[in-house]
Amino acid sequence: MLYIPGNNPAMLQQGGVYGADSVLLDLEDAVALNQKDAARILVRNMLKYNDYYNCEVTIRVNHIDTPFGATDLEEIVPLQPHAIRLPKTETVEELGRVLSLIENIEKHHGLPHNAMKIHVMIESALGVQNVYELASFAPRIDAITIGGQDLTADMQIEKSKDNYGIDYARKRIVMAAKATKIDAMDTVFTDTEDEEGLREETSYIKKIGFTGKAVINPRQINIVNEVFTPTEEEIRKAYRIVKAYYENKAKDIGVFAVDGKMVDAPVVTRAMYTLALADIEYEPTK
Amino acid sequence: MQPKHKAQAGTFESGDMMVLIEPKEQDGANVIELSSNVSKQFGPQIEALISKVLEQYNLTGAHVIVKDKGALNPTIEARVETAVKRSLDLQKGTL
Repeated sequence: MLYIPGNNPAMLQQGGVYGADSVLLDLEDAVALNQKDAARILVRNMLKYNDYYNCEVTIRVNHIDTPFGATDLEEIVPLQPHAIRLPKTETVEELGRVLSLIENIEKHHGLPHNAMKIHVMIESALGVQNVYELASFAPRIDAITIGGQDLTADMQIEKSKDNYGIDYARKRIVMAAKATKIDAMDTVFTDTEDEEGLREETSYIKKIGFTGKAVINPRQINIVNEVFTPTEEEIRKAYRIVKAYYENKAKDIGVFAVDGKMVDAPVVTRAMYTLALADIEYEPTK
Repeated sequence: MQPKHKAQAGTFESGDMMVLIEPKEQDGANVIELSSNVSKQFGPQIEALISKVLEQYNLTGAHVIVKDKGALNPTIEARVETAVKRSLDLQKGTL
């Protein structure tokens, strides 16, 4: 997911061409306080007229308790982007207020309440503590994300390069996302010069279960995509496992071997996930 | 309705435009002063778009100075709308 500052027309126009799976048009931290009105109108127009091709478009609005949050929603919700990201979410009470407001706007415009998704952003210790309740609050919540900068500020710790300080929060967020079957998106890697550091961090967060990562510069996109895309060897192995699964299933055999290693249900589930990541659909008849 | 005061929106960055709106001494037709390095080809279209937004807000008696840096339509409309709203105190911003 590529973050794009909401008051920069050139970047907003070009957001769809860099190969990111999704773009986030940011009305929050990337916009100066005295330009919030300008960014809101600009982003609204870009949503109306600009082509983001196959990218999912998410808008990060300002927090509901700021002077800008409600107006952001009034302008953006009628356009029904793929998702709205709610920053600094901490409690279900606050989340409930925002969702009610969104539903009121949708009702006013004759829009359904389930098309546009909600991303809940966790950026404080309290948010981390409440993450499962937040993730499971409503079916339209389809991703939980972690904001590393604000979280470390709230925890009163340095944001170190190894991100050791937010490791617990990351894992707790992933677990909440897995428990509710929604996506978990990792925070940005701010050093755009350090490509190896980005690759290492992305490999790590993939290992612990995140399904995506935010980037702040288009040149970070390929690295994140490379890490998250299965290798040819991984795809071939997954294909062999899934093929063998269907062949054995037809004979009522639940546990079998592929390449000399035991395969049972969890291995098949992982193999199917690998094929899904590679956009490969296995057809049992072939 | 005439602008209540001077207001501006936008930047001088590539792909953007800077819009300054100020009340004329007397009400009446708006005066648009456009400078753009694509004005030979697109000047009339840009001015028409600016006028359309001014009309949407019934703005009259305005002197509108526009420095275009290659803005596309969504940006032109957004920057003019922002400047108009600021000049009418419909929303807060700079100036």
